[in-house]
Amino acid sequence: MTTRRATAEPRWVRLLLTAVALGFLFLFLVLPLIAVFWEAFAQGAQVYWDALQEGEARSAMLLTLMIAALVLPFNIAFGVAAAWAIAKFEFRGKSLLTTLIDLPFAVSPVVAGLIFIILFGAQGYLGPWLAAHDIKIIFALPGMILATLFVTFPFVARELIPLMQAQGRDEEEAAVSLGASGWQMFWRVTLPNIKWGLMYGVILANARAMGEFGAVSVVSGHIRGETNTLPLHVEILYNEYNQIGAFAAATVLAFLGLVTLVAKTIVEWRMRKETEMLTAELPPEKTELPPSVATERP
Amino acid sequence: MNKFSSLLLAAGLALATGAHAQSNLLNVSYDVARDVYKDYNPLFEKHWKEKTGETVEIRQSHAGSSKQARAVADGLEADVVTMNQATDVDFLAEKGLVATDYAKRFPDNASPYTSTMVFIVRKGNPKGIKDWNDIAKPGAVQLIIPHPKNTGNGRYSYLAAWGYALKQPGGNDQTAQEFVGNWLKNAPLFGSGGRDATTTFMQRRIGDVLVTFESEAELIAKEFGRGGFEVVYPSLSILAEFPVAIVEKVVDKKGTRELARAYLEYLWSKEGQENAAKNYLRPRDPEVLKKYASAFPPIKTFTIDEMFGGWSKAAATHFKDGGTFDQIYAQK
Amino acid sequence: MFPAAAKRDGVLPGFRLGLGYTLTYLTLLVLIPLAGMILFTGQMSWGDFWATASSERALASYRVTFGASLGAAAINALFGLIVAWVLVRYPFPGKRFVDALVDLPFALPTAVAGITLATLYAENGWIGQHLAKLGIQVAFTPLGIVVALIFVTLPFVVRTLQPVIEDIEAEVEEAAATLGATRWQTFTRVLLPGIFPAWLTGFTLAFSRAIGEFGSVIFIAGNMPLISEITPLLIISKLEQYDILGATALAVVMLVISFVMLLVINLLQWWAASRHAKSRDGDAPADAADALAIAGGRP
Repeated sequence: MTTRRATAEPRWVRLLLTAVALGFLFLFLVLPLIAVFWEAFAQGAQVYWDALQEGEARSAMLLTLMIAALVLPFNIAFGVAAAWAIAKFEFRGKSLLTTLIDLPFAVSPVVAGLIFIILFGAQGYLGPWLAAHDIKIIFALPGMILATLFVTFPFVARELIPLMQAQGRDEEEAAVSLGASGWQMFWRVTLPNIKWGLMYGVILANARAMGEFGAVSVVSGHIRGETNTLPLHVEILYNEYNQIGAFAAATVLAFLGLVTLVAKTIVEWRMRKETEMLTAELPPEKTELPPSVATERP
Repeated sequence: MNKFSSLLLAAGLALATGAHAQSNLLNVSYDVARDVYKDYNPLFEKHWKEKTGETVEIRQSHAGSSKQARAVADGLEADVVTMNQATDVDFLAEKGLVATDYAKRFPDNASPYTSTMVFIVRKGNPKGIKDWNDIAKPGAVQLIIPHPKNTGNGRYSYLAAWGYALKQPGGNDQTAQEFVGNWLKNAPLFGSGGRDATTTFMQRRIGDVLVTFESEAELIAKEFGRGGFEVVYPSLSILAEFPVAIVEKVVDKKGTRELARAYLEYLWSKEGQENAAKNYLRPRDPEVLKKYASAFPPIKTFTIDEMFGGWSKAAATHFKDGGTFDQIYAQK
Repeated sequence: MFPAAAKRDGVLPGFRLGLGYTLTYLTLLVLIPLAGMILFTGQMSWGDFWATASSERALASYRVTFGASLGAAAINALFGLIVAWVLVRYPFPGKRFVDALVDLPFALPTAVAGITLATLYAENGWIGQHLAKLGIQVAFTPLGIVVALIFVTLPFVVRTLQPVIEDIEAEVEEAAATLGATRWQTFTRVLLPGIFPAWLTGFTLAFSRAIGEFGSVIFIAGNMPLISEITPLLIISKLEQYDILGATALAVVMLVISFVMLLVINLLQWWAASRHAKSRDGDAPADAADALAIAGGRP
């Protein structure tokens, strides 16, 4: 990054803003996180480690990873398609469409689960038909995937829409007028432009998919070792007076939520290295790399 | 959708339907029952193997009792349900999944063990809390309970206080409502569940008395140590029964009726009763109770049937929208 | 709902594909399930529906839910802007680590967040003991609900603003500076209009997510009727009594209120975006000059 003397804030403003930002994050983010780890390690690392070795905790982890892996591709495809149509074109009803995309956020997770019970439950609209054909949707994997898709629905799209809108149409239009096909334009112009926004969307959706409790809880059936995801397992452990186990499992979720972020950091780092080699310029941030790498290791 | 998604769906369906074709049983149960059944299941598996030579796998599901009942009604394929309040089994009977006379199909009102509501107070009992009326004195103490409308634990506490007030000289529904109203005024908050109320009382050190199941006191000692609290037995409390039932529709479909019946009946065996006692639940078997008498001090209790004419009636009077709980809070 | 003969601007391809896929997916996953839910309440009489939706407890819970959500979203909007700005623009030690932490509120199960926050803000907690000296009680009051909601919706504003701030072209600011604008003028008249749509998006997302949040709130709210009961708790309460219709009725009320509020915010956002777009055609220096001129700044 270049230094921008003419366009930078005075030093005291920068310090003040940095202090405010860090203070806010410390109070509302870091302190709660420290408290979670504090509880998880209350009786030492060995107890923490044992809690994670338990069979049910492991199967819950696997299930959580599987659901996130199945849900993300759908959300990415939808997010890109929706953002493309909404940000690059003008049509009537656009605000309505955006609002409908937002709607799953405002639906309480409990209600989100209830919706699928109303549709697919034994007393629901499709229940009798599904039972007659011996197809299980709720209290099985498909229902849990549907519920997770629902609660993570808007993330990628909503992350991309304002970004694509801010970028405008000029670059794509230039590409097309120079004879690029639709796909070439997408891969070579659009995707490189939106990659960070897309990454943030995926990170958020992934974290939320793994951490989701309310909706999945309604459609899971809570069968031990089978349909318990990690957040459900956490609650059960807590209710059984196994606080260490519960908080230990929660820290695992925190680490899993970071996996995509670590990937992002690595990509970013590599790209920066490449530019560095090209420009032989040393950006001021270079010294800060080690702490972020440290987040990879639990 | 595309090919990829239908492929995934198919894989998911295969996973969901094909996983458990062998002889197995799903026990859908309430939250804190895990320890009881974690110990009980191997006992039964061994018993069944000895008796029939068959290997059986017991699967467990735990969550809030009412939530579990709804899940079973919505298609969770439970062979047996083991709940912590009769309303939840009544609901399943109403839906035709459980026999309407389920309470008579097993001994002791189909409840293999019981518990009761007791007080947990700070060490040395600084506020001198001995009985329900000590908690109802306006502003004298702070009471911690889970939400009386939304949780089984809270409902039992509420009904215990109500029953105590009814049994006082000159007690009637009006005096009881007044008593419980005063009692609730001392509650600064409602926990989201039994466990949450315990954390608030023990870890956050809010309140002077926590009302909870007798069996929970031992779990509290396990998590927080014995040093910080005392258990107080009131002069009169409620008998909490934990009804079990066979889910008729499912066992007929799966052909597991015999197994399910044996599984529940074995809860009344010496082994089953001992297991309950070891998990701090009062066994029905008088001999086993005698053996573990030190863990279960005698206490006068009333049942919900005798005091309120059954769980369904109690729930309708007190916890339905516009019931006595709502009336108490509407008056404010 | 959306006219098939939508106006196609320019030469860009993929409008039909993008919109078609969006509408299909949206219909299958969101519209049909939500319609199913609304249809389900059709089993209730209008009178019953109204009685459930407008009971004293329900009205109080709407106030608590929407009030706390608005408060949390506003606080996150203000501080989220500062955090995003600092994370993009200013170097400081450990920046990447802090950046990585921002997403954690999503990954942590909401119940764990609620339990932890209640413990932190209780009178003997790390934060609560200091607040208690000032006579402020957070845990088990409506204020506690706001704190929980700030935590669970914290990533939204930061993460929607970050890519947009990263995307601001340096020329725009340089041009404004060359034209004699002060830094504050450049920020309010040139930069802010550019990031405003994203900012509003972040606010909207935080707000709507807060409305539905349940898992963390119930642990810190105290759940006292009329004071700190949120609407999702009333829904659960109805489900506990096997009143599924009543629960659905409340859910539909929440859905309608949320829909209207979101629609208003989104209309506002498109209005702001198109206003900004008008000044965006042409190259960057002209853009900055336009913006300053429109805003009545120094020519």
